[in-house]
Amino acid sequence: MFTRDVLKIDAPLVAERIEASIREQVLGTLRRRGAVVGMSGGIDSSVVASSCVRALGPDRVLGLLMPERDSSGDALRLGRMLASHLGIRHVVEDIAPALEGLGCYARQLEAIRMAVPEYGEGWRCKLTLPSILESDRLNITSLTVSDPQGNQRTVRMPPAAYLQMVAATNFKQRSRKMMEYYHADRLNYAVAGTPNRLEYDQGFFVKQGDGAADFKPIAHLYKTQVYALAEHLGVPEEIRRRPPTTDTFSLAQTQEEFYFALPYREMDLCLWAHEHATPAAEVAPVLGLAPEQVERVYRDIEAKRRVSRYLHQAPLLVEVPRG
Amino acid sequence: MTTQQTIRKFILENFYVSDPSEVADDTLLVSTGLVDSTGMLEVIAFLEEEFDIRIADHETTPENLESVERMAAFVARKQQGGLGATG
Repeated sequence: MFTRDVLKIDAPLVAERIEASIREQVLGTLRRRGAVVGMSGGIDSSVVASSCVRALGPDRVLGLLMPERDSSGDALRLGRMLASHLGIRHVVEDIAPALEGLGCYARQLEAIRMAVPEYGEGWRCKLTLPSILESDRLNITSLTVSDPQGNQRTVRMPPAAYLQMVAATNFKQRSRKMMEYYHADRLNYAVAGTPNRLEYDQGFFVKQGDGAADFKPIAHLYKTQVYALAEHLGVPEEIRRRPPTTDTFSLAQTQEEFYFALPYREMDLCLWAHEHATPAAEVAPVLGLAPEQVERVYRDIEAKRRVSRYLHQAPLLVEVPRG
Repeated sequence: MTTQQTIRKFILENFYVSDPSEVADDTLLVSTGLVDSTGMLEVIAFLEEEFDIRIADHETTPENLESVERMAAFVARKQQGGLGATG
């Protein structure tokens, strides 16, 4: 029988297993002396940092806070608060100058202007997907812009503009990862990845950006379970109560309007149900949805898995026959 | 060349298919993974330019765009003005 309880976990046991794995993987398999964790002030990186501290001790964990021009002020404040709460060293690396140097913002602006020529100073933007609950529309990303007076509109981008916008934005995740490896290399530490199961399964990460890491200790946990673990680990309540955001674009954006079909609680349950071949008709009443809507979410899960195969794919080698 | 043939040619030239004979005009392009969401953005831009039509957001559905034959029928309806104010 499908219920919301399918995602319940024995948090102390799950925490213990994760901590044992981190110790074995970082110190044993990877032969590193500690871990670097990029801390965004979000729930996932907070749980990973807390788990690393419990596994390795506060002296062997470095927290990195990496704001840029479009980051919310909250991210830095909450990151600092967590570092203090955990008693770990932290370094603030403002990546905005690096992104300026790489042309990230200029290339984004050029892409946006292909669709909205008047876009400029004081304007803000984000990428959004249509709600698959409202209709059976294909997953085609649109650009939402807000002028300095706060008037919003949404436009479809020409393919070249969309691809350039994504490519330029990906500099952010890749620059952060480069900085994480700088500190990991100088300290002989490993880099912790922070994806949860939903993100890992559905490809919600940038290849060689936030998708790169030496170990990913919560990639097996649904986001709902990450929240349960956060409570057990004593992650500060303000972080646990903060709605998940992408913190990537200048306009505030939820993860469901950028990538996932539903808010994480429902998305987690649909992913679990899909993995356990639960009929949509059984899932729908639990989530307050129509069976047809759950079927659409199932199709969306499969579509995102197809796209994410490339993201997970390791470099391909030429196979030479033996002999 | 018919609308269907023009669309089919675009799909086969722009998306990798190891054996073109495996792609029928009723093959579901998105559900089979032949065309992803970025690819569909390219398909929409092609249809708008090639057939001088405007495709509204609410028309970007599998029913209109999932296969070569559905796209051809959709283009025909748009060209005949059969889709109301947004058509």
